[in-house]
Amino acid sequence: MDQLSKEQIKKLIRSHKLKDNIFEILGLILLLCSLLVLLALIIDLSTDGAARISKSFLTNFPSRFPDKAGILSAWVGSTLVMFVTAASAIPIGIAAGVYLEEYAKKNLFTAIIEINITNLAGVPSIIFGLMALGIFVYKFNFGPSILTAGLTLGLLILPIIITATREAIRTIPSAIREAAMAVGATKWQTVKHHVLPYSTGGILTGIVISLSRAIGETAPVITIGALTFIAFLPNAPISTEAPFIHFDWIFSPFTVMPIQMFNWVSRPQQEFHVNAAAAGMILLLMTLSMNAIAIYLRIYFRKKIKW
Amino acid sequence: MVIQNGKTDIKIKAESKNLNFYYGTHHALKDINLKIIDKSVTALIGPSGCGKTTFLRCFNRMHDLYVGNKYDGSLLLYPENINIISSSIDPIEVRMRIGMVFQKPNPFPKSIFENVAYGLRVRGVNRRSQLEDKVEESLRKAALWDEVKDRLHGLAFNLSGGQLQRLCIARALANDPEILLFDEPTSALDPIATAKVEELVTELKNTVTIIIVTHNMQQAGRVSDHTAFMYMGELIEFDRTEKIFTTPGKKLTEEYITGRFG
Ligand SMILES: Nc1ncnc2c1ncn2[C@@H]1O[C@H](COP(=O)(O)OP(=O)(O)OP(=O)(O)O)[C@@H](O)[C@H]1O
Ligand SMILES: [Mg+2]
Repeated sequence: MDQLSKEQIKKLIRSHKLKDNIFEILGLILLLCSLLVLLALIIDLSTDGAARISKSFLTNFPSRFPDKAGILSAWVGSTLVMFVTAASAIPIGIAAGVYLEEYAKKNLFTAIIEINITNLAGVPSIIFGLMALGIFVYKFNFGPSILTAGLTLGLLILPIIITATREAIRTIPSAIREAAMAVGATKWQTVKHHVLPYSTGGILTGIVISLSRAIGETAPVITIGALTFIAFLPNAPISTEAPFIHFDWIFSPFTVMPIQMFNWVSRPQQEFHVNAAAAGMILLLMTLSMNAIAIYLRIYFRKKIKW
Repeated sequence: MVIQNGKTDIKIKAESKNLNFYYGTHHALKDINLKIIDKSVTALIGPSGCGKTTFLRCFNRMHDLYVGNKYDGSLLLYPENINIISSSIDPIEVRMRIGMVFQKPNPFPKSIFENVAYGLRVRGVNRRSQLEDKVEESLRKAALWDEVKDRLHGLAFNLSGGQLQRLCIARALANDPEILLFDEPTSALDPIATAKVEELVTELKNTVTIIIVTHNMQQAGRVSDHTAFMYMGELIEFDRTEKIFTTPGKKLTEEYITGRFG
């Protein structure tokens, strides 16, 4: 082929640059559009709900009178359910991820497990709710309790945590494993001293993001029979008398933030809609701050590790 | 094991007998018979892909980390006369006695101190004073102590490439290995750092048996006592380094060291 003349090269570069620029502008416009939608949503929610946010809104039970109604039982319920969700899904999810990445032999059995995990992540959440209704509520007799809700949401986010764990582990170069094994470390020592510590950032990020998804889930929690109007709190998990730690709260009926919102929105009175917007703001604040934590964790742990 | 060689007795530290190795179906080592002489440096040379790394990684059973790899024949470790690659031998035991320094420095993202102390920690040593003594001793042996003694608890990856490689050497030395395996330890280093590592290897052979893979003929000439030339998974020639570089017995060896191929 003949050498390109200077003119031809310049022309080529110009046309490449043009394509570059077009894509850049297109990407920016699309990004701004989606951000604007989100922003509009937040502004709309705030203009509706801001007036209702006060200390009493957080410390009052729901009520027939919109100006007295609060979200105390809802946020306490959400917090306790998240606690059960985290306590069940995190250890199982991390253990499964570590097993699949570090221990499992690549065979048909693990291939089937992997496909199932991927599929599980795509199952609509209401299906999880139906399954939980059959298994946890009726078979195990847990009732429509905090325990049932926590375990259901735990199952829902399990695939996310497993996948996050595996992806975090995969970023560790095999040279690090070889270095540890070469001085005589066992597989478990390698996992405990290296694999888990170095993937903590990625795993924690996955956990926080999955929890922020779980806290907003409504369908499965309604399916298992969460209450929509509840004017008492579960027994406190901690007390000043022996045995100090109690577990009867896990069998307590409950409600969660999105259900409280749903309940208020479906009422005819305008004042309750304002309450719903205010509760929405708080729920949004919860998830956004969880995402902020996730971003912080990612940056914090990435700073300490360089391959 | 001791063999008679003219006037002097030569002690053998390890010996491969009809050693074969397979990556799945790929036959990477073919009937390797080689004696590694105690407290000396043995260089492995040969063109890229001839199986040097593969052979080296048999000594500490690194191939066990990946599925589908298969050893055959024997690789004996003296004086106990155990077969390193036999499945009845725990690879952990082998790795505690035979250390390795990799081609690319692979420090842990931990402090300098913890990097060197890791082998001891794995053995369950947790006493501070014991760890400190051993870390200092190993860093001194690796000629790194003076450069890092004020920043032992700083992160390892802030060191230069050459320092990192000496850190990895210190990490291997902290286990008091009987054999130390080097896989092209200087291929990522500049000439000054290379000279330091070479000096170190020469010094270490008083206490450890060393096997070193290198692509650099001058390096093999400078540091090794014996040289093994490999070609396409086979051991072509093994002899004293001067002999290999001055009057090699095989035509192939001569062609390789004079740079006619490879
Ligand atoms: N993990 C592996 N799976 C399959 N084949 C491999 C693997 N590693 C190496 N081989 C093959 O085995 C042969 C020997 O490889 P080896 O890495 O031992 O060569 P080498 O002598 O160290 O080469 P170099 O000087 O380039 O490092 C090569 O043909 C290589 O392609
Ligand atoms: Mg190699």
